[in-house]
Amino acid sequence: MIPELGHFALIIALCLALLLALVPAWGAWRRNTHAMALAPGLAIGLLFFVAISFTCLAIAFLQDDFSVKVVAGNSNSLLPPIYKFSALWGNHEGSLLLWALILSMWTAAVALFSPQLPLLVLSRVLAVMGAIGVGFLSFSLLTSNPFARLLPGTPADGNDLNPLLQDPGLIIHPPLLYMGYVGFSVAFSFAIAALLGGRLDASWARWSRPWTNVAWAFLSLGIMLGSWWAYYELGWGGWWFWDPVENASFMPWLAGTALLHSLAATEKRGLFKSWTVLLAIFAFSLSLLGTFLVRSGVLTSVHAFATDPARGLFVLAFLAVVVGGSLTLYALRAPAVSSRVSFSWVSRESLLLVNNIVFLAAALTVLFGTLFPLIMDALGQGKYSVGPPYFNAVFVPLMALLVPFMGLGPVARWKRDSGRRWLSELGVPAVVALLCGLTLPLLGGDYNVWVALAVALSGWLVLGLLRDLWYRVRGAASLAAGLRRITPSYWGMFLAHLGFAACVTGVVATSQYNIEHDLKMVPGQSEELAGYTFRLLEVVPHRGPNYVADEARFEVSYEGTPVAVLAPQKRRYLASGQVMTEAAIDAGLFRDLFVAMGEPVGEEGAWAVRLHYKPMVRWMWLGAILMALGGFATTLDKRYRRQRSAARAAAASGAVHGA
Amino acid sequence: MHPVRRQRLLIVLLVVLFSSAAVGLVAYALRGNINLFFPPAEVARGEAPVGTPIRVGGMVREGSVQRSDDSLEVRFVITDFEADVPAVYEGILPDLFGEGQGAVASGVLNEQGVLVASEVLAKHDENYMPPEVSEALEKSGFDHKGNAR
Repeated sequence: MIPELGHFALIIALCLALLLALVPAWGAWRRNTHAMALAPGLAIGLLFFVAISFTCLAIAFLQDDFSVKVVAGNSNSLLPPIYKFSALWGNHEGSLLLWALILSMWTAAVALFSPQLPLLVLSRVLAVMGAIGVGFLSFSLLTSNPFARLLPGTPADGNDLNPLLQDPGLIIHPPLLYMGYVGFSVAFSFAIAALLGGRLDASWARWSRPWTNVAWAFLSLGIMLGSWWAYYELGWGGWWFWDPVENASFMPWLAGTALLHSLAATEKRGLFKSWTVLLAIFAFSLSLLGTFLVRSGVLTSVHAFATDPARGLFVLAFLAVVVGGSLTLYALRAPAVSSRVSFSWVSRESLLLVNNIVFLAAALTVLFGTLFPLIMDALGQGKYSVGPPYFNAVFVPLMALLVPFMGLGPVARWKRDSGRRWLSELGVPAVVALLCGLTLPLLGGDYNVWVALAVALSGWLVLGLLRDLWYRVRGAASLAAGLRRITPSYWGMFLAHLGFAACVTGVVATSQYNIEHDLKMVPGQSEELAGYTFRLLEVVPHRGPNYVADEARFEVSYEGTPVAVLAPQKRRYLASGQVMTEAAIDAGLFRDLFVAMGEPVGEEGAWAVRLHYKPMVRWMWLGAILMALGGFATTLDKRYRRQRSAARAAAASGAVHGA
Repeated sequence: MHPVRRQRLLIVLLVVLFSSAAVGLVAYALRGNINLFFPPAEVARGEAPVGTPIRVGGMVREGSVQRSDDSLEVRFVITDFEADVPAVYEGILPDLFGEGQGAVASGVLNEQGVLVASEVLAKHDENYMPPEVSEALEKSGFDHKGNAR
């Protein structure tokens, strides 16, 4: 009964999405205020029914209703309740429902938190979001109904959730990632609405900026969690594989980073308007492309599910409609909204331009590498694969090129600045950063030129930021007063740039100083790695709630003092019989120690073991968290609230002008 | 020239400069960093190059996995049931690697026709078959258990 209720609610949601896509758009076209005024209500109704549908599926999972196909395929009665819940999005149908839920959440959020928007703009934005909702809800209902039953022939117990997904990281990774992916639909809808209205001005950029920043922040967190999960759960200590599905989430992030910088220039100076619109279209299209890559199974990936070609075709058609439609609209309307503002070459505008070009180039090279195997296969040139060396070779130089400009960004002035001023402001930081680069890697043991470069570059970023912060607070009566004076959007930029510096340092230090050792160990044997002694004490059987395991006990010591006891496991899950490696990690700010078990080797109880020493690996995740915090911080800025109260005053005076 | 127009010209030049740098990087990075897939039958016919990174995929033949007693070396045979390719790998194999399972090994073919693998992929999902492997099996005309279709 409950699954049918969920199915029914999903159908109602689709109808509401259709209404949302059509009625306010018609109203905006005919300037019919009543039709436009329906948009917020429809958006909230959409959220209500998708939420009912989602809740029904969650209940089916929690109550072990194995007559529902996805529950039988992805859950098991032995599964701990929290994983029964997260199993909902551990499969294609459920993750699509989660996608629809998050999309309707964003839609309702736009409806609720935009009192400053003119009704005309709001109704257009919501109509575009409703149209996206129609696409996803009909995808769900037509090709991948999550409520399909197995009647008759209900199994006694479920197939179990893939053990790799039975992990706290995977409870929150998909929702956060989707918040980011789908969040770009808001920026996209604002861009389309602006194209429809033919008015792209500073207020348009100001409206869409906070949404873009929040979506970007969620996407940063989602990608970071995915990387962290891969690190400890896939068992082999890697944190980024340039796997197609990882790229699928990374490309929108790159385009989104370009977008939020370009939006800054559009809001403050009225520049790059058509370019910003194009980036918004591009970022969301890449999100959709990501969905296509993940859901169609066209690429060999560690994330691929066994899939159905009809679904791939549906997403591809949807992608074609969205990209084709929005680009056509862009081609028709963009020239009408281009800007005529000029700026000096030594200015913040040109630095933002560099940011945009670098990030877009990075997104395109990653896109090319991801699609290259597909293109070659389609041309009948054979089955190629493009590996991490390609991506590293194109991506790393681009980022290294970016950082020198990025350090100048916070100091630079809009419109016109001078090279002499930059030199006087940042000359000292530059020299200190170079010195840091030359000396600091000496502390890390072997001198390494890449680490030296990374330290110099991130030192340049951090010192430049600190110097700029100092300039901003020094005029105040006290340090606290000075810090209070700084706006949230400045803090956002500060944190995000600091996070980027932390990422650069972490990525380079881990890649260069990482020590990895695969070997055979018998109980009682010791192995030394980077000064740490790993001693295998014993291998004992262990019983978990839904698995049995062999657990190895390692005692780790550094120069005789014990550091940690690590207990990696080799698990066999009872329901599926699947074998899985559970790594043990001793985490630290400056180094992680990582132990994973391979398989038993030989007769005398020996095991293949992987030992890792990973310096500063946490820095890149901390960096990503800082970036996300920065993204969230910008939305606290007063100017987004001030205009809201101004809009309220305007509304109170009875002026509801169509734009 | 009008300042706005000159600015546009410079922007276009900048974009061209950066994108050609990016294209150059891409072209450079693609050389030698991509590898082609071969079904075992093509390897057996001598169509696969020796000494160049390639990928070979198929089923791991039942009874072919031999582990060394004193190192992490593993020898196994990849088959599409039409032809076999012996492979050797040193290191820890993925959890889902096993006899009678689909696998894709990337590495270099040596003079003896043995694939020296640097990476072995088996999939996360038990029911999932890498698309290359299912296509290789389709070509050889056997199903994944080795029965002729």
